[in-house]
Amino acid sequence: MAVNFVRPKIPKLASDPWAIQFDSEGRLRHLLTIEGLGPEWVTRILDTAENFMSVTDREVKKVPLLRGRTVVNLFFESSTRTRTTFELAAKRLSADVLNLNISTSAATKGESLLDTLRNIEAMQADMFVVRHDKSGAAHFIARHVAPHVSVLNAGDGRHAHPTQALLDVFTIRRIKGDFTPLRVAIVGDILHSRVARSQIHALNTLNTGEVRVIAPRTLLPADVEKLGVRVFHDMREGLRDVDVVIMLRLQRERMEGGLLPTEQEFFRLYGLTEEKLALARPDAIVMHPGPANRGVEIDSRVADGPQSVILQQVSNGIAVRMAVMALCMARRSEDNA
Amino acid sequence: MSLPPNLGIDLDPVRHPEGCRPGLDCERWHIAGARVIDPAHGVDAIRDVFLDAGRIKAYDTPPEDFAHARRIDAHGRWLIPGVIDLWARLREPGAEHKATVASEAAAAVSAGITTLCLPPDTDPVLDTVAVARFVKRRAQLAGRARVLCIGALTQGLRGELLSEMAELAEGGCVALSNTHLPMKDLRLTRRALEYAATFGITVIVRPLDASLSRNGCAHEGPIATRLGLPPIPVSAETAPLAQLIALMEETGARVHVLGVSSAAAVRMIERARRDGLPLSASVSAHQLWLSEMDTDAFDPNCHLLPPLRSLRDRDALRQGLADGTLGTVFSDHQPHEEDAKLAPFPETEPGLSGLETLLPLTLKLAEDGVLPLNEAIARLTRGPAEALGLTDCGGLAVGQRADLALIDPDAAWSLDADTLISAGRNTPFHGWDFTGRVSHTWVSGRLVHGAAEPAAS
Repeated sequence: MAVNFVRPKIPKLASDPWAIQFDSEGRLRHLLTIEGLGPEWVTRILDTAENFMSVTDREVKKVPLLRGRTVVNLFFESSTRTRTTFELAAKRLSADVLNLNISTSAATKGESLLDTLRNIEAMQADMFVVRHDKSGAAHFIARHVAPHVSVLNAGDGRHAHPTQALLDVFTIRRIKGDFTPLRVAIVGDILHSRVARSQIHALNTLNTGEVRVIAPRTLLPADVEKLGVRVFHDMREGLRDVDVVIMLRLQRERMEGGLLPTEQEFFRLYGLTEEKLALARPDAIVMHPGPANRGVEIDSRVADGPQSVILQQVSNGIAVRMAVMALCMARRSEDNA
Repeated sequence: MSLPPNLGIDLDPVRHPEGCRPGLDCERWHIAGARVIDPAHGVDAIRDVFLDAGRIKAYDTPPEDFAHARRIDAHGRWLIPGVIDLWARLREPGAEHKATVASEAAAAVSAGITTLCLPPDTDPVLDTVAVARFVKRRAQLAGRARVLCIGALTQGLRGELLSEMAELAEGGCVALSNTHLPMKDLRLTRRALEYAATFGITVIVRPLDASLSRNGCAHEGPIATRLGLPPIPVSAETAPLAQLIALMEETGARVHVLGVSSAAAVRMIERARRDGLPLSASVSAHQLWLSEMDTDAFDPNCHLLPPLRSLRDRDALRQGLADGTLGTVFSDHQPHEEDAKLAPFPETEPGLSGLETLLPLTLKLAEDGVLPLNEAIARLTRGPAEALGLTDCGGLAVGQRADLALIDPDAAWSLDADTLISAGRNTPFHGWDFTGRVSHTWVSGRLVHGAAEPAAS
């Protein structure tokens, strides 16, 4: 005799893949990817982050916007920096924060992702900050959470890392202002990089003059130019006259996959040195999403040099994450009012 | 050396068909006034068809003793040979939580499929006659569609040692295949082709290079790039196909290339066929309608293997189907339980539930002018029968097996995933509109789907 039990109906997919990021009244509910946000929302997030910058400078670094809300950091892939800045952002908004490192708990016991999710949902969570090593994981979770829950993508596979891209464009905007005359070069392992994909979308959403990617063919995904970038294989050519250089982290296991011969050759051809940086505009800034491999993709003298804004990126990251959390939760406050 | 004629496992359900009451003649049918479309014999005409003892008995003039035959008024309908599905996972034995022979055979006949070919990746692997007999028994118990077994080319599908091919063929396997799983090396592939050729057995090859497709879950192209999905390049299909063609030149084996997905593969097959190699090829129905664009929202029902490729590939597959390079359309049916698709896209199991969309999607090709109606039906009937060397089905000549599907060509309907008969609800075609629906299906002269009208008295 079969046992019958009723499962919740799974919603069929909408025709617009990113419409899921907004609620029925067009308010931001989830942040899964930069795609579909459009310049209005990206600008609104950056403007809100600008307001939160002053909070960070105060002696009491707290505002009560998310008081009584619970934010759950759901990390299926280890991370220190991203998790910490999300945690700080939530705390500065007065939310309660729960950190769950799933790779070491349920997943190894064979509990499905959906079961893990339902259990945490039952603890009355209001927001999930999710990192997962599979592309589409945040989107999957957003499709299955209860209507009141918001999902923020803190990195899914090679797909997207939208808050990182937002903090990058936030940093660029604070220094450079207008995006339309800018040339931005993204250098290194584009193939495996969710950061690069989100940066490209964010830069193009803000109408950046030219977005370049610089990498050997093995580290570029197929048809990358269709994302709206100009492709360079020669770093010296690609850095010429750029206003912003974004270096990407190179994972050491790429050598074993046959994508690169050695770290030494990669550094010689694609590592950022003072000599190569001199080809960019004199006021060019150097960025890196961290953690940087010094001597692999970036020379220490550049990482610590006057043009580097790597540490500013980190502090800006808190304000940007506060902005995204506040905007996603705003609809709840409006509904309760 | 040659084996006895290849008839597959004979399926003659012992129990009486549904709707048969005592005192009525269950064996004899008079299907009146249907438009009979039989591409194998070039027939497209309004005919009266008479069935007796599981076979097609006569056309137009009733044979003797047909006074009490059951009659169906089929005016305005199309009568076609039952569809032969070249590759359909039934999940039994080994994965009964996904589906069973009974559940899938019922789904098949509801959609006009009368013969299902079961690939060998069951658990245990279909590399012994014992497993083939088990499947046959399950099919008989279900009493719906005929199930033919495709035996494993190597023991356990491990690609290391040849299977007992002659015994499998004598035990009723209609072809042999290693599915998409890798062979140890090219020498073993060559020997497997040679050994199979000794007995005239068709080898079904699904070209997919294991290393080029490792961890991949989407076509290498702009969509996979945007979504950050690990890609499967076209060369994962064309590189092993080129090796296969080179080996065929030397072995003379009869090979069927199953389910190609790329324009480049269609071109290679076209050339090999022109060079006279005994090569047939097929395409799955969904590859003719979907493309990488459908992967866009991380729809797990579009996680398929081979992956959905570009629109240009899709158009080349349609062209290859129309010009006959691809002689067969099949379902690539892979029913899944709900949980198999409830995960982030790359972690879901690939495959779709395809039995109930095989005929509708193929008829839709004719409706859209991709190929004429009789050609579309040929790809589901004559094509697979020829690929497997089946002489008993796939056509409607007098004396052939009475496997038939009756179609109401005007019935308009839309597909609802929740009402599929298959145990697998994993279809990307939810909400699609179709015209034309199967109203009745006969397998070996027995009505296995559709309501019988009262018998003539």
